[in-house]
Amino acid sequence: MSFEIFISQFLGGLSVAMLLFLVASGLTLIFGVAKVFNFAHGSFYMIGAYFSYQAIALFDNFWIGVVAAALGAGLVGMLLEICFIRRISGREEEGAFQILLTYAFILILDDAVKFIWGPAYKTITKPESLSGSFNFGTVTMPTYNLFIIFLGLVIVVSAWYILSRTRTGKIIQAASSDSQMVGMLGVNVSLVMTLVFGVATAMGGLAGAMAAPLRTVAPGTGVEVIIDSLIVVVIGGLGNFWGALFAALLIGEVNAFGILWMPQWASLLSFAVMIVVLIFKPKGLFSREKGRKKI
Amino acid sequence: MNTKFETMASWLAYFLIFGSVIFVGGEHTIHIASQIIILGLFALSFNVLFGTTGLLSFGQAIFYGLGAYITGMMAKSFGGDFFLWALLLAPVAAILLSVLLGALSLRLSDVYFTMLTLAFAQLVWGITVKWSSFTGGDDGIQAIPKPELLAGGLSYYIFAFLVVTGCIYLLWRLDRSPFGAVLKGIRQNPTRISFTGMNVFRHKLLAYVISSCFTAIAGGLYAGIDRSIHPDMFVWTMSGSIILMTILGGMRSVFGPLIGVAVFILLEDVIGRSTQYWSFVIGAIMITVVLLFPKGIVGISRHIARMFAKKGGQLDNP
Repeated sequence: MSFEIFISQFLGGLSVAMLLFLVASGLTLIFGVAKVFNFAHGSFYMIGAYFSYQAIALFDNFWIGVVAAALGAGLVGMLLEICFIRRISGREEEGAFQILLTYAFILILDDAVKFIWGPAYKTITKPESLSGSFNFGTVTMPTYNLFIIFLGLVIVVSAWYILSRTRTGKIIQAASSDSQMVGMLGVNVSLVMTLVFGVATAMGGLAGAMAAPLRTVAPGTGVEVIIDSLIVVVIGGLGNFWGALFAALLIGEVNAFGILWMPQWASLLSFAVMIVVLIFKPKGLFSREKGRKKI
Repeated sequence: MNTKFETMASWLAYFLIFGSVIFVGGEHTIHIASQIIILGLFALSFNVLFGTTGLLSFGQAIFYGLGAYITGMMAKSFGGDFFLWALLLAPVAAILLSVLLGALSLRLSDVYFTMLTLAFAQLVWGITVKWSSFTGGDDGIQAIPKPELLAGGLSYYIFAFLVVTGCIYLLWRLDRSPFGAVLKGIRQNPTRISFTGMNVFRHKLLAYVISSCFTAIAGGLYAGIDRSIHPDMFVWTMSGSIILMTILGGMRSVFGPLIGVAVFILLEDVIGRSTQYWSFVIGAIMITVVLLFPKGIVGISRHIARMFAKKGGQLDNP
């Protein structure tokens, strides 16, 4: 492998990793704070892409599309949280029912998108300001991919800052560790949960809008994305923000180089990585627990 | 209404409904009934894991597909007379694979267990689709030969009915056995079960192996209905549908999942043909069941029966 190929695969993997992280961090945020396992998180990525497609068709501006995607996905997310997910909290075997409920969302959102926009593929073109490419010596890299890497970094840093350095972040963390106590201190805990859900799904929608020019907008894309981001979140450890970042980089790069190594089987490599990790570290790479736990 | 009466009534209804299909059913009815009993066996064996032991696996389709592919591929290469032998081999292979997968995935709990089973299922599905020279890829395997005696739709239904009935009997006995009681205990409080000196992990593994073994029998039987199998049998929506059917029927009873399968397939036969938005309907049913009727059809009928019993002046145990 020449050095040029190495660098370009590496940067390609990095931009995939950042998109993956945008979805996966939302997933891990919901699980870490609200203890909800949102199986339908990939579907918010999908509807984000569709909202952005619709907004671009109306206003002919890529950035309005991105904002519409984030806002739209966030609103749908909060609506579903208020109408459904909140209703089953505290029930016996809550975890299983959450998975089933959000699995139902996947089916419904997939068909809703098909119903509204039709089964045909849609395409979104890159904004003109980012359609060029950068040259690093002999390596060429599209500006758009570099922008995604940059945006990913901005979101990582700001999410970390908000969660660990601000009053809002402290309330969120406190609400997740002892919601009753925080409630007694006069914080509207269920509102906090709904907002966290909204922010997380908005991040998913944002990722969908950003990824749309590189991939296609189609029903069913949510399923592919959720499986990838599940792998990321599980490898990193559910609820672990930095773990998700590391795992997204790992999966992004494994895929980028796996395609060179064995093109036909590359899509299965992520599963193999996840299985290997879970066998040795059942709660993700960054858990403190030892691999073998005797019951 | 006591449990003994309910069990008797369930068995009686089972024999009346699925037995009478043999005598009065037309071709379409027999086809539907075959699907119901075979998927019913899948759902019943899934419920050994979910309803009884409290383990939500999102990957039982692995063993369903495994059973179907072993039966289909062996019958295809060695001829129709080999079909029955292949059908016996399917559960054996499932036992071997499930010991391996179970030992790996059962060390995890809750969501992690669910996700690892999902990952295994997607991996197997991916291999089946990509390794087309061996498995037929996306097209699956068509025109699977069967023994001459079972060639007709009706004779195959009778055969499947006998096999499934035998399996349901075994699963029912399992539910009633001390082993079944331990599994229910593991669902409710694994720590206490371990205090009684029993090995929780080993019991879970055994439940997983038993469930997978019967699932493979169902998959093998499925290979004979339309004589065609396809990689979609492995895909996660297959596992998802089975979970839905199980909850729809009622996961706290032996026959509940079968009722769920029957309702689901009949609905699919009526609604699924007239709309292309069948998944939407499934999703809506699922939300309704999860929010309002988590105990399923069996739960509702038990509730109604209890109301009638109260009207009659008999106070039943709650």
